[in-house]
Amino acid sequence: MRSLRRGLTPLLLLVPGGGWLVAFFVVPMAFMLLISLQQGTFDTGYRLTWNFSIYPEVITQYWELYLRSALYAVITTAITLAVGYPVAYTIAFRGGRLKNALLLIVVLPFFVSFVIRTLNWRMILSDNGMVFGLLKDLGLLEPNFHFLATPASVIFGLTYNFLPFMILPLYVALEKIDRRLIEAATDLYASRAQAFWRVTFVLSLPGVVAGSLLTFIPAVGDFITAEVIGAGNPQVFMVGNIIQRKFLDSLDYPAAAALSFVLVGLVMALVTVYTRSVGSERLAG
Amino acid sequence: MTAPATASRGPALRARLGSLALPLFTGLLLLFLFAPIGVMIGFSFNDPAGRQNITWQGFTLRNYVDVWGRSEITNAMTTSLGVATISTIVATTLGTMIGLALTRYEFRGRWIMNLLIFIPMTAPEIILGAALLTLWISFGVERGFMTILAAHVMFNISFVVVTVRARLAGMNRSLEEAGMDLYANGRTTFWKVTFPLIFPGILSAALLAFALSIDDYVITVFSAGRVETFPLWVYGASRLGIPPEVNVLGTLIFLVAFAFIGVQLWAQRRQGRSAGPAPVTLVGR
Repeated sequence: MRSLRRGLTPLLLLVPGGGWLVAFFVVPMAFMLLISLQQGTFDTGYRLTWNFSIYPEVITQYWELYLRSALYAVITTAITLAVGYPVAYTIAFRGGRLKNALLLIVVLPFFVSFVIRTLNWRMILSDNGMVFGLLKDLGLLEPNFHFLATPASVIFGLTYNFLPFMILPLYVALEKIDRRLIEAATDLYASRAQAFWRVTFVLSLPGVVAGSLLTFIPAVGDFITAEVIGAGNPQVFMVGNIIQRKFLDSLDYPAAAALSFVLVGLVMALVTVYTRSVGSERLAG
Repeated sequence: MTAPATASRGPALRARLGSLALPLFTGLLLLFLFAPIGVMIGFSFNDPAGRQNITWQGFTLRNYVDVWGRSEITNAMTTSLGVATISTIVATTLGTMIGLALTRYEFRGRWIMNLLIFIPMTAPEIILGAALLTLWISFGVERGFMTILAAHVMFNISFVVVTVRARLAGMNRSLEEAGMDLYANGRTTFWKVTFPLIFPGILSAALLAFALSIDDYVITVFSAGRVETFPLWVYGASRLGIPPEVNVLGTLIFLVAFAFIGVQLWAQRRQGRSAGPAPVTLVGR
């Protein structure tokens, strides 16, 4: 009797949640694929014609947006890593009894809605706002200087919003490191820099990889930052902006669906390349 | 300072400066993280001349009274709280069941389940939202409260599974075995031993789900139709400037999170040094 229950119980536990994921994730992905192969207009209706040529079409038309999205997301990931690593390191190695408190302080701002935070940055960084307005009044900046709607401003916004996704996994990886290994390195006459790069950093690589993926993936698909801090400037649009507009404004469903799948492909390709290269580096080092 | 003195004192001074550099950098970064929060709180007390609310005009508490009188805000808040509450309950239940099945039972096809949980968590949000939209379009489902709910349960399940599974994996199985040895049947053992032990994990999973749900814009916008959740209302109302009501509600949300985290830290301190690892699971992504 016990073996029968063993056979049935996991199924009963898995079916409701698994079914939900199939119904509202797997099935929708299949429908998005079908819709990408349809042709027509919103008014006359879309019909499935297995129009695979939509894929080369959207890629030739929008390759620049994919390139820009990937570029912004890679730069954002690099900056969050460079800025987040010292912070995670300080909290993990020097935090003492304040570790948990410091970690909670890092995430506290992110309990306020993403949209509200981004909107407030737009106000802070506006042309005559509290930062640049002041610098202009002091004569330190050109009167017609502007930061919003530039590529740097979008990268700035992405960096701010995804910093905790980098800091938390880095902290987890650094916190786990056995301090005796670092001591052993210095005992063996490694300089502090050598001990850091050849022991601490290598051991924290899982956190670097996790943090990079957690930053890169949401960043590459983001459209709020380019819409708000990028002030809707088409010159700084990312591919998410076009997908969102085509789905919700121009109702061009097939192109929007095809653009989404190309984005999925791009993310998968870049993530594979990245994890492979880090993996081989670790084997070599 | 003479040259020999610099030579001998230089390294020590540099080491001291070096040891200060990291905490200083961390402190500055924390300030940076709180910058838009500070501005939000400040401008929630602003008395704007027009609807723009870009420059400081004068102190008022009126915004905190007015906010409750505007039906579109209270409606959006009610919708958000409703979606967050229901989706948290459903996703926590379904996710906990999957977590139990994955840690307590052997079954074939485990990798499919793992993939089904992993992919929605790592895909860019815009993809999840867009795919759901194609499902609603294909079946002619009218978008509203129920479609938002289906979407939120979907993206929350994975986070619940990961959080609960971490707790289950770290659990001491001998306690359950002791229960069985003392003639408790499977059900009694589960409710009297297993469930109380994993409850903290379930609770932090539920809190994470609630936080993700109440803040979501990207996935929601594709499933919302004409219904507005709080982030959707904020975005729509802030095209030109941020109305003070947005900052008022943002400030209130921040205070709730602040109080919550304060209580958590206080509870940890009371528990003393047995306080286990940092509550990273609570903030997750």
